[in-house]
Amino acid sequence: MEVWFGIAQVAILVVVLALVHRPLGDWMARVFTSAHDTRVERGLYRVVGVDPRAEQTWTVYLRSVLVFSAVGVLALYLLQRTQQFLPYALGLPAVPEGLAFNTAISFVTNTNWQSYSPELTMGYTVQLAGLMVQNFVSAAVGLAVAVALVRGFARRRTGTLGNFWVDVNRAVWRLLLPLSIVSALVLLAGGVVQNFAGFTEVTTIAGQTQTIPGGPVASQEAIKLLGTNGGGFYNVNSAHPFEDPTAWTSLVEVVLLLVIPFSLPRTFGRMVGDVRQGYVILGVMGVLWIAGVAATMAFELQGAGTAPELAGGALEGKEARFGIPLSAIFAASTTGTSTGAVNAMHDSFTAFGGMVPLINMMLGEVAPGGVGSGLYGILVLAVIAVFIAGLLVGRTPEYLGKKIGPREIKLASLYILVTPAIVLAGTALSFAIPGVRADVESTSIWNPGVHGLSEVVYAFTSAANNNGSAFAGLTANTPWFNTALGVAMLLGRFLPIVLVLALAGSLAKQDAVPATAGTLPTHRPLYAGLLTGVAVIVTALTYFPVLALGPLAEGLS
Amino acid sequence: MSTETKSRWSSSDEGAYRDQAASDVTGSRYGASAPTRPAEGGAGAPTRPTDDAGAPTRSTGTGASAFGPRALWAALPGALRKLDPRAMVRNPVMFIVEIGALLTTAIALAEPILGGPEASGGTEVPWSFTWAIALWLWATVIFANLAESVAEGRGKAQADSLRQTRTATTAHLVRGYDPLHDAAASASLLEDVPSSDLTLGDVVVVSAGELIPGDGDIVAGIASVDESAITGESAPVVRESGGDRSAVTGGTRVLSDRIVVRITSKPGETFVDRMIALVEGAARQKTPNEIALNILLASLSIVFVVVALTLNPIASYAAAPASVPVLIALLVCLIPTTIGALLSAIGIAGMDRLVQRNVLAMSGRAVEAAGDVTTLLLDKTGTITYGNRRATEFVALDGVEARELVEAAALASLADPTPEGASIVELAAARGTRYPTAPAGEPVPFTAQTRMSGLDLPDGSRIRKGAGSAVIAWIEEEGRMASSLLDELTARVEEISNAGGTPLVVAERPASGPGRVLGVVHLKDVVKDGLPARFAELRAMGIRTVMITGDNPLTAAAIAKEAGVDDFLAEATPEDKLALIKREQEGGNLVAMTGDGTNDAPALAQADVGVAMNTGTSAAKEAGNMVDLDSDPTKLIDIVRIGKQLLITRGALTTFSIANDIAKYFAIIPAMFVGVFPGLAALNVMGLHSPASAVLSAIIFNALVIIALIPLALRGVKYRPLGASKILGRNLLVYGLGGVVVPFIGIWLIDLVVRLIPGF
Repeated sequence: MEVWFGIAQVAILVVVLALVHRPLGDWMARVFTSAHDTRVERGLYRVVGVDPRAEQTWTVYLRSVLVFSAVGVLALYLLQRTQQFLPYALGLPAVPEGLAFNTAISFVTNTNWQSYSPELTMGYTVQLAGLMVQNFVSAAVGLAVAVALVRGFARRRTGTLGNFWVDVNRAVWRLLLPLSIVSALVLLAGGVVQNFAGFTEVTTIAGQTQTIPGGPVASQEAIKLLGTNGGGFYNVNSAHPFEDPTAWTSLVEVVLLLVIPFSLPRTFGRMVGDVRQGYVILGVMGVLWIAGVAATMAFELQGAGTAPELAGGALEGKEARFGIPLSAIFAASTTGTSTGAVNAMHDSFTAFGGMVPLINMMLGEVAPGGVGSGLYGILVLAVIAVFIAGLLVGRTPEYLGKKIGPREIKLASLYILVTPAIVLAGTALSFAIPGVRADVESTSIWNPGVHGLSEVVYAFTSAANNNGSAFAGLTANTPWFNTALGVAMLLGRFLPIVLVLALAGSLAKQDAVPATAGTLPTHRPLYAGLLTGVAVIVTALTYFPVLALGPLAEGLS
Repeated sequence: MSTETKSRWSSSDEGAYRDQAASDVTGSRYGASAPTRPAEGGAGAPTRPTDDAGAPTRSTGTGASAFGPRALWAALPGALRKLDPRAMVRNPVMFIVEIGALLTTAIALAEPILGGPEASGGTEVPWSFTWAIALWLWATVIFANLAESVAEGRGKAQADSLRQTRTATTAHLVRGYDPLHDAAASASLLEDVPSSDLTLGDVVVVSAGELIPGDGDIVAGIASVDESAITGESAPVVRESGGDRSAVTGGTRVLSDRIVVRITSKPGETFVDRMIALVEGAARQKTPNEIALNILLASLSIVFVVVALTLNPIASYAAAPASVPVLIALLVCLIPTTIGALLSAIGIAGMDRLVQRNVLAMSGRAVEAAGDVTTLLLDKTGTITYGNRRATEFVALDGVEARELVEAAALASLADPTPEGASIVELAAARGTRYPTAPAGEPVPFTAQTRMSGLDLPDGSRIRKGAGSAVIAWIEEEGRMASSLLDELTARVEEISNAGGTPLVVAERPASGPGRVLGVVHLKDVVKDGLPARFAELRAMGIRTVMITGDNPLTAAAIAKEAGVDDFLAEATPEDKLALIKREQEGGNLVAMTGDGTNDAPALAQADVGVAMNTGTSAAKEAGNMVDLDSDPTKLIDIVRIGKQLLITRGALTTFSIANDIAKYFAIIPAMFVGVFPGLAALNVMGLHSPASAVLSAIIFNALVIIALIPLALRGVKYRPLGASKILGRNLLVYGLGGVVVPFIGIWLIDLVVRLIPGF
């Protein structure tokens, strides 16, 4: 019975996304190719001192990304550190240094890893002026970088990739803000709260008193999902009834977190002038996403393990109002995108059921990935796949008419190298440095043994891939984890961006080779299959040994 | 080839006719190796290799079948020499394996002191385990070096035979050469110097029987030269001063006559020197695709180094750590050793395949570019057509009996030595015409002045055949032709011209009185057999063919249509050719062409793949990036095929190598930690006997697969000219899916043997 519920819910998602992705994808292509600036935008550019027509080379574009993000980190850090002086602080003190550092990086890198309970740590000003602003602009940065890479494919013999300031500005004002307002209204209608009421003291039927935190939730909820950010207003994120009251709002939330990543391939296809190329990317993302959803759902419904078997179902950590299938769909979607919001606790999933979200992240967040980052991630994998397949047909590999030579391969190879290296090094260091290890074992890990190992692996995977979800059994608000995960988030976000922009610059410089019968067709199912294979073998399989020690060992025992 | 633009009626056909006649005085355009007599040409292009097996093989070269135990044994010393870390470091993947082998050996040596092998992942291993791993790791490295040595060995024999031609000879150096007054240097002072002392610009005299001391151009004289040392072709070729066939190569022998040669190469940089360097692989530089692939492989290797290095710290929290030999085994299995081991052998073998076909590529880059070619420029004459026009039809004018025309044409051609003449006689015979074998009368040869040839019969009547304007002028010596007749003749001649043919007008004049025009012989450029099919193949491969010709557009269009080329450039001058190449390249196309003349040099240099004919001038050879020793322009198609095959072989083995990882994971990962987590045995899908045997079997498979694939790497994967989509599908099935499945079976089979070793 539950299986059919699950299938029906997936079917609804597929239909809605299928209907929306074309108009939204086309709209985004318009947003990023239009030559027109609105009057408000022109005014803004004048104030900031940006010439919207000035084209940037990849180095200038990158510098803009880095400066913009550095300013973001600094501003968010200061905002947290001065919280007690800000209005609507709710009487909360300044956020401690380590945590403020970690959180600033976390929100600027679109990770939204939260080592803290938001309702007990952040006042409304920090939430709205700090975290929510970053929810918008960090997503916009991801979009800008993706669009820059797409321009690299689409443009010929030019050294430029567009203008970062224009791209970010348009992403926020023309895309994210309008969508968020509509979505927030839908969520409000579904029962998500929106107030500045602070804490409300209530007396329960049992006669006890409870403190209920209110807040501007709906406005933050919409962009949390649309921007694949994932940072909840409350500690338990979308499992909280004020963030996600009913099953149908939960389904709406899944749509919101999937809709931009699944529409971007259309934008890509439009911008390179061949929508079929977009369909291949969409197909690969879709297949990987469906596989993740199906596997999570299957393992959770199967409910292997001592506790679920005794209880008659894997219900620990899940909300009864969502049920197992919707929790599984949410988990696979939030990790397939780089969202990290949760409506159930991944840590409580069965061993294999919890492994799938982990693998989703290990894939490099490409199923369908974060806003922007999913597209550029899969395009880098596409470059690798094209290189191998291009050799197989006896031509110097080319993708969308651009030759994939030593420079392109160097950048793409480094890209696929970066994230696994950060994840594995971070995890290994947590156990290799004696002092750190003692701290990790005594303070952080609540479930010793293989599950504890999985929690640490999950934490670093989530941070390096900018996901933000957690195996919550891990206490991460320690000096080691705040620092190490902060560094992992920083490197996991910006090293790939450096490589992607360099790749974009190198591609944009090239002339396009005309397609002939001898050209590898990258718009056919065969290539989609190859790309899927490359994604699985080149990224996820790297983690096989670690998975064997964590979830596989746990699930097979 | 005629390059001027002329009016069709009067001179285009004449020009062509004259050209042809001229070329027949000196032999076929492309020298001895391109027999173009029509009589031989009927059954197909004699120089066109039909498939890999039928390709002409150098007498000095060793065939692809040379791979065998003997070749391996011969290559072993070279393979061992390559173990030098300074050499290994150039191949990062195999360098990692060598370090692993060294480390494992050191551990094996230390084990007796440390008290036996360390347990790994909670499992005890047999005492011989570390030694076995070390042994097979060394085998992996040596197999990789062996592949390279075998590939190099195949060029060695050739290099040795070439080296013999380089032995020092004595050169007769001309002191104070005076090209104006004593071009033949017959009165100049000669000085004998060793050939190694010759430098650029020296002038030497070479007489019959002597070796030419260095590369150069003939400045005076004509000689027949035996070039078999370079080309393997025993028939001598004619070389003469001026024109496009003035280049001579050092080490070849003058058979007759005496020539004066201006040396065009510096010592140590002669053609033969470069050939030796090429076939030995000494001059081999990594090509762009090879560099890119190396980067990808290095990067994958680094990922797995990180995996191996971080595994024990991570494992230490939840499980017992793996021993170092097991970690090294994991690392070596996961890094792409198969392709890493064979990559350079594939490159060397690809160059070698070209050499086997008598093509010298001056750089590997050019070979790779050949695979990428999207536009092929082909000269009409010699490449698309046999280069000789042949009679295909007799068109009698009104009121003339067909028989009369045929007989007259045959008689006029009996003494005509040109291929056209022979073809007229042949066609006449086929029409049943009888004629005396030795014609009575006086043959009139073709001259540039009369532009006619024919026969003066004993009775005083004369028969002539030739270009329209010339014959009409000849007839009109005795009075004007009737305008109706002239109109009809014009119409016939134009019909033939429009169809791409050359009209040859036949007329007779009695001893006295007005003569009459009998009709027109349709001479046609005959397209080589099988070409349309080959061009269709090329089209399927995504390559556009463009025919280059000096003919007028009408003629060119007709031949282009018949041959099935995609496009043509008519009335082409060398400048037009260069402009066409630039235009194609601006559109992103890669262009390949052949050429032999000095005026081809700019185009050859501009083209991405420029194949110079060995018969061509030094300038052409210098400008191109390949030289075809057989001087066979159709070989361009084979070169493209070899280029593609080279890339496909690399791609296939890369795919295979990466796909292999899946099975190796399933062999090694459960084995590593099954001692701590017995549940992991569920991942042991191959049912391998024990952790020790699983790890060893994976390593052995990893080593043996290199040996098993050496023949494939040297021979190249099978290439069929299909569309990219089909090739991808087929290769993914064979090397992708095969790469997933084969190691599962292979490792399982090896485990069946390994489990018999005591302790495993």
